[in-house]
Amino acid sequence: MSVLDSKIPEGPIDKKWTNHKNHINLVSPANKRRIDVIVIGTGLAGGAAAASLAELGYNVKAFCYQDSPRRAHSIAAQGGINAAKNYQNDGDSTYRLFYDTIKGGDYRSREANVYRLAEVSANIIDQCVAQGVPFAREYGGLLDNRSFGGVQVSRTFYAKGQTGQQLLLGAYSAMSRQIGKGKIKMYNRHEMLELVVVGGKARGIIARNLTTGEIERHSAHAVLICSGGYGNVFFLSTNAMGSNVTAGWKIHKKGAFFANPCYTQIHPTCIPVSGDHQSKLTLMSESLRNDGRIWVPKKKEDAEAIRAKKLKPTDLKEEDRDYYLERRYPAFGNLVPRDVASRAAKERCDAGFGVNATGEAVFLDFASAIQRYGKEAALVQGEDVDNSEVVTHLGKKVVEAKYGNLFQMYEQIVDDNPYETPMMIYPAVHYTMGGIWVDYNLMTTIPGCFALGEANFSDHGANRLGASALMQGLADGYFVIPYTVGDYLSGDIRTGAIPTDSPEFDEAEKEVKERLEHFINNKGTKTVDYFHKKLGKIMWEKCGMARNKEGLEQAIQDIRALREEFWKDVRVPGKMDELNPELEKAGRVADFLELGELMCKDALTRNESCGGHFREEYQTEEGEAMRDDDGYTHVSAWEYKGDPGAAELHKEDLKYEYIELKQRSYK
Amino acid sequence: MSNNRSLASITQKVLMALTGLFLCTFLVVHLAGNLQLIPGMGTREGFNEYALFMTTFPLIKIVSYGLYASIVLHAIVALILTVQNNKARPIRYAKNNAAANSSWASRNMGLLGTVILAFIIIHMKSFWAEYHWGSLPLDANGNKDLYEITVTAFQQWWYSLLYVISMVALAFHLMHGFQSGFQSLGLSHAKYTPIIKKVSMAFGIIICLLFAIIPISIYFAQ
Amino acid sequence: MNLNLKIWRQSSPNDKGKMADYKITDVSPDMSFLEMLDVLNNQLIEAGDEPIAFDHDCREGICGMCSLYINGEAHGPGKGITTCQLHMRSFKDGDTIYIEPWRASAFPVIKDLVVDRTAFDRVMSAGGFVSVNTSGRTQDANNIPVPKEDADKAFDAATCIGCGACVASCKNSSAMLFVSAKVSQLALLPQGKVERTERVLNMVKQMDEEGFGNCSNTGACEVECPKEISLENIARMNREYLVASVSSEK
Repeated sequence: MSVLDSKIPEGPIDKKWTNHKNHINLVSPANKRRIDVIVIGTGLAGGAAAASLAELGYNVKAFCYQDSPRRAHSIAAQGGINAAKNYQNDGDSTYRLFYDTIKGGDYRSREANVYRLAEVSANIIDQCVAQGVPFAREYGGLLDNRSFGGVQVSRTFYAKGQTGQQLLLGAYSAMSRQIGKGKIKMYNRHEMLELVVVGGKARGIIARNLTTGEIERHSAHAVLICSGGYGNVFFLSTNAMGSNVTAGWKIHKKGAFFANPCYTQIHPTCIPVSGDHQSKLTLMSESLRNDGRIWVPKKKEDAEAIRAKKLKPTDLKEEDRDYYLERRYPAFGNLVPRDVASRAAKERCDAGFGVNATGEAVFLDFASAIQRYGKEAALVQGEDVDNSEVVTHLGKKVVEAKYGNLFQMYEQIVDDNPYETPMMIYPAVHYTMGGIWVDYNLMTTIPGCFALGEANFSDHGANRLGASALMQGLADGYFVIPYTVGDYLSGDIRTGAIPTDSPEFDEAEKEVKERLEHFINNKGTKTVDYFHKKLGKIMWEKCGMARNKEGLEQAIQDIRALREEFWKDVRVPGKMDELNPELEKAGRVADFLELGELMCKDALTRNESCGGHFREEYQTEEGEAMRDDDGYTHVSAWEYKGDPGAAELHKEDLKYEYIELKQRSYK
Repeated sequence: MSNNRSLASITQKVLMALTGLFLCTFLVVHLAGNLQLIPGMGTREGFNEYALFMTTFPLIKIVSYGLYASIVLHAIVALILTVQNNKARPIRYAKNNAAANSSWASRNMGLLGTVILAFIIIHMKSFWAEYHWGSLPLDANGNKDLYEITVTAFQQWWYSLLYVISMVALAFHLMHGFQSGFQSLGLSHAKYTPIIKKVSMAFGIIICLLFAIIPISIYFAQ
Repeated sequence: MNLNLKIWRQSSPNDKGKMADYKITDVSPDMSFLEMLDVLNNQLIEAGDEPIAFDHDCREGICGMCSLYINGEAHGPGKGITTCQLHMRSFKDGDTIYIEPWRASAFPVIKDLVVDRTAFDRVMSAGGFVSVNTSGRTQDANNIPVPKEDADKAFDAATCIGCGACVASCKNSSAMLFVSAKVSQLALLPQGKVERTERVLNMVKQMDEEGFGNCSNTGACEVECPKEISLENIARMNREYLVASVSSEK
């Protein structure tokens, strides 16, 4: 038996959560007032958790590195949020959402957690509507749904292409209410730089006030890490510039196991890279795949002509186009899950069919959708269906109503009109399924330290379905942690306030200061970005959409060398006691340089292909991912042992009692 | 940092809107009467009769006090708003391309208002104060001959010019102010707001044009 | 292309600050404005100078963190975009570009181009919410139908990203567009109507206390707003405020 105890409650799967809630320890309202909880990050998970815990009566201290909790990167989620409401009466149910999520995750997630997620999903929608989140509605005044990649029902609730924004602002307003009441003390522009463990329990953090540079001590009875994913290890990703792994990595180094770090999601529909100056990548919502058709030219010479701008994509005849997703996966077509769509794009581009200057782009074409919608609209409005001008005009209007803001965004960045010529897209790093290992209660291997949302590993297995990240963040924050943290804190009602003058705080603060001083005093020659870009390139090439043993081994060597160079030669201007963005970046990149190695190590030890982890050695003859269920139906949880390379692997076996493991097929 | 306000920002704006729109109605009445001054449009005696009525009829007298109060209140609140607004931006931009986002009139209501206030003072001193306390000749009907001093005044080129300039300022002030008043009162509607904006534009131009015709026509008719 | 930059430098909140001149060469038109500043900063660091501090995060126009006053306009030239969505193709070789922080006493400068916008958070804490706890036992989301038109208008108001461009571009540094967007969103939805009276009174009170200026209805905010939030919201807030002031028992 491994050291990992997932604490999955007994009983049938649909009763586990209810039973667990019924038998969990509670903290009385009077005692909650005596308990402090620190929340790191104010995205959907952190914001929801902070608001809910404050409502319950705990004293919450919330931290975010941005200038306001409203700016957390959950805000950028576009497409929607899944919930098993079955408003469309199309056969959806809690079980089906559970099933789809497990299957979408390529059978590498924990059944009990995923079932709970599906179970509370409906509550999320109720809650958000009650908060005043303006979801899209039908003319009858009821909520509208759309379908999303990898599933065959319409269960996605949305607010145009800004669902994440609306949900986050809902959580933010719930937080604002508690801030106004004094139940949440908000620390904007603060970054957690260390976890303080006292007597084996998480008891506080060391944070840097990013405005003044002051190093602060904050104590609490529990610490919640809701700091999001680590996609920025690739330098170029759809994450925000400031998104980082620091909070997660610090707790990892203090004893929290890091699970499945190699599971990264490469999103298929992003705007391609335009040059070396590129600082980040922009996602185009997956919802575009509902109506857009993905293709590349059938003939290489056509691809070459398009790359050289000698041929326009609209000039290519229908029979000269290869709608490769529809060809390979007739059942799901353009709506296959993200990992499948991304790899298929890479496959075509690697084979020489890419369509932009760098050869790393495919077309996402709305011409047929415009015609289809146009005809429908013409019929409804009594216009001439055979008049192609009228039909095109009406069709464009429908497409604009559905995706207008996305098209506008695309045009702004690329300077090309997607109503006239097909969009160009390419996969980009988007989400990390891996993260801090947590048990059913979302507690890490450090007692009192919890991880929520993208920061933990728990619900998406090896691949996340579209519109499930928002669901998980809010489920963890609104509906799971308020119960499970109480169970833990019930043991702390007599503890009283945690002092910050203990040797543990002294030690943690000293470590933080020494590290910052090193950066400031290091008279190196290269900027932080230089190292970050180099790391990103190694990760993207060797630990990106496709990995192999040789490449991963090389990557580990390269990252180690880069890390060494970084500590020797990085230049951080400015001072410690002022707003110093370069100093912030240096700390984050230092952690990415360690995480990157662990990711490669994890990818190297997982000798199978599953979800977002594709090992070239393990594929079928048709190029599909080949899982090894006998050898790898487990979570790989890594324990820090002084160096990322020395991390020790612990396995949590995944037992499938309600779902039969199958080869994922979207054909 | 905080402004010590005795009235909420919106309340102040509502006061501006109410007094401003009330003053707009006054302009219409005032203009209607004064059109008699345009040569050929009315008689000396008729105008003087009208002036007497306007200064003695009880109901109109009451309204006129409301009018004076409105002018004073409009100016005082404007002053308070301006002070608060200046305090809200102590450091200006080195480069500000305000023309890209707003009309000149909307940004210069204070300046325009000051010109108008100065005009009102001169205007009231020349006619209103003279009428009430000055020694005016009497017309054939034995009424104070306001017509006489008005026409005499407008026969001086600089006096008429002063009026025309003031009317230009008033026109710009009204073009923004009229529709702005509706917005401040929360009277906005997808269908009617565009109409109000057009009316506002027309109101400013037409009222002031007609007002300006009075001194111009008198000057050139002499 | 080559550009001349005039950028506000201010080392700390108490420093007086001044415009400083920089030259940058070989700028690609495909770069975003912030990527151009990244390049400049890396050059400054390599030359041993202090890089320019500016706020930014998502770089896709949604977080509301970026906040530059470029050539006299909030978020620079172009409609409906944030600074991070502005691309260098909007400029030409040899251009001089002024880059300044938001100017408002309610948004004090922290460093260089970085300002403190927590005043917005405090306005939100004063009433920008529906007082509903997360019980998971609220009624079913479809129990109260919301007319699509209201839902759409509420959504349009709710797309505000809280960047502060409205304050920055208003000649009076007024925050009316920001505050009215939240007041409108919640006033339009049945869930928010319960608290509408108190909400508008409290939020306006806090807005005034933060030292924002008054609304002159110039409409600059609407034009410069990256999310094109409508002035109609300000009118709606004025209406809400009037009704609330008259009907409130306080």
